[in-house]
Amino acid sequence: MKNPFKKKAKPGDNDVVVNSRGKLMLRVRRNRDYYLMLLPALIYVALFCYAPMYGLQIAFKNYKMSLGVTGSPWIGFQNFTDFFNSYYFGTLIKNTLVLSLYSLLVGFPIPIILALVLNELGGKFKKFTQTILYAPHFISLVVLVSMLNCMLSPSQGVVNTILEMFGLERNYFMANPDYFPHLYVWSGVWQGMGWGAIIYLAALSGIDPALYEAADMDGATRLQKIIYINLPALMPTIIIMLILRVGQIASVGYEKVFLMQNDFNLETAEVISTYVYKRGLVNSNYSFAAAVDLFNNVINVTLVLIANKISKLVSDTSLF
Amino acid sequence: MKTKKLKHITAFDVIVTIIAIILIAVVGYPLILVLSNSVSDPEMVATGQVLLFPKGFTLEGYKAVFTDNSIMTGYANTIFYTVCKTLLSLVVMLPAGYALTRTNLPGRKVITVIFMITMYFSGGLIPTFLQVKAYGLYNTRAAIVILGCFSMYNVIICRSFFSSMPHELVEAAEIDGCSPMKAFVRIILPLSKALIGVIVLYVAVGQWNSYMDCLIYIQDTAKMSLQVILRRIMTLAQTAALMDEAGDYAAAMADREALLRYAAMVVSSVPLLVVYPFLQKYFDKGIMIGSVKG
Repeated sequence: MKNPFKKKAKPGDNDVVVNSRGKLMLRVRRNRDYYLMLLPALIYVALFCYAPMYGLQIAFKNYKMSLGVTGSPWIGFQNFTDFFNSYYFGTLIKNTLVLSLYSLLVGFPIPIILALVLNELGGKFKKFTQTILYAPHFISLVVLVSMLNCMLSPSQGVVNTILEMFGLERNYFMANPDYFPHLYVWSGVWQGMGWGAIIYLAALSGIDPALYEAADMDGATRLQKIIYINLPALMPTIIIMLILRVGQIASVGYEKVFLMQNDFNLETAEVISTYVYKRGLVNSNYSFAAAVDLFNNVINVTLVLIANKISKLVSDTSLF
Repeated sequence: MKTKKLKHITAFDVIVTIIAIILIAVVGYPLILVLSNSVSDPEMVATGQVLLFPKGFTLEGYKAVFTDNSIMTGYANTIFYTVCKTLLSLVVMLPAGYALTRTNLPGRKVITVIFMITMYFSGGLIPTFLQVKAYGLYNTRAAIVILGCFSMYNVIICRSFFSSMPHELVEAAEIDGCSPMKAFVRIILPLSKALIGVIVLYVAVGQWNSYMDCLIYIQDTAKMSLQVILRRIMTLAQTAALMDEAGDYAAAMADREALLRYAAMVVSSVPLLVVYPFLQKYFDKGIMIGSVKG
């Protein structure tokens, strides 16, 4: 939703040529206050972003708490090969990709369609609908997953009560690995579609009314206006949101998956990020987990770069 | 003169309205169900009899929540974390975003790149955890407040907002001998209420609902956030329900958890759910600031 796109550099941006050291020092001193304003952020970034990046070397080491990050012995790519050869490797990759691709396929178009529908509603009813649809965004994942557990509970869940009314069998959905991806994705749609539609609604509200007037003169129906005016107007936003999403294909956040896991559904519910958490922080297998995480991170960065490149070629919009 | 035509209700309107009503029902139903369960007789809830409206109205669940020490401690902790994190985020990100609008600041490009890299690449969970531990922040409240108080996404929103303000404001102040810092605090910030609203919205909602940060960085129950406590109650109730042959103690625990489970869900979510409709104007604003001039 927050778009980190860089605008084209304006001609005035870099026109101050520093031709002597003295002049530079003078400018630095004159800008002292501005550096002071950047200081807290710079300190944070140094301590909590770049220091951990330096600490990433443990992925290539056999990290021992007593020896510290720099003192631990190097072991090359052994952690990585261990991971690639491990029994879980295929399953983890598959589960991660299934969840993220499924989320992309369902979770991406729905907010767009929703925005198009909301845009056709008028006045107070539109506002009311929006307010209701935003609500799930403000519910924590802990509560969301608890709601799932309660509603799908085999003994007291509403869903099973209704199934039984229709003569169907009760089912323990949360413990069934086959249902996990569906539950994960559709509960995500439930929670995120309203919030996700905001950016498209904002784009729709910026459409020049003259376009609609012209369409009216030509006798266009409302559906035609949606197809020929609204959809094209949304295209730039859609493309940028798509790049952002494609860059995240290899990453599935651990919080919700972790909360939805139980002893029975791990077969489909173990993803790379939850595996990193368990191996690293629960089993204190720091080096190995750091290596798995690094592997995942490198894929993510590569995907962002590729998606960015493609969109630059195709549409002239890019992140950087 | 054009007179406004009476609006005809077409089939199109009907279809769109029906879709909207279905969506409202789908999104609203689970929320209403939780609310109904929270004020229903636990016996009715346990046998799956509450389908929409409360059955056997009782406020026992809420009584149990408000007399439960761990929940109340968690609540206090969450309020503390949310308030501190929000304030710290504002102190870190607003000035940074403002300074980055200063186009002739030596080193601005480099600093921007340094910040941007953190959006796409990070040390990851394990090295960050080890660093936090090395700083002596493990199992401290400071860890929760500090971690994540900077996010380049939000700084970009700040930068976009500030760069859309007229330059003359600050130039005039500086001619009058006002230092940049003073100009920022006295002139720029009072004009930035919309931006502050957006950042507060993002940070506070995120922190209020966050679960993993306390799970990873906090050990003492006394410092745990509400979400962690909530999760413990839920899983306890669940495992107890799974073990039929569990002892009296477990059964008593399960009864108690079943009693306060829904009420706890409501109590933990209500602050945000009550406040957000009033902040709705900031949602669009945040998007607009973030995308239009990003």
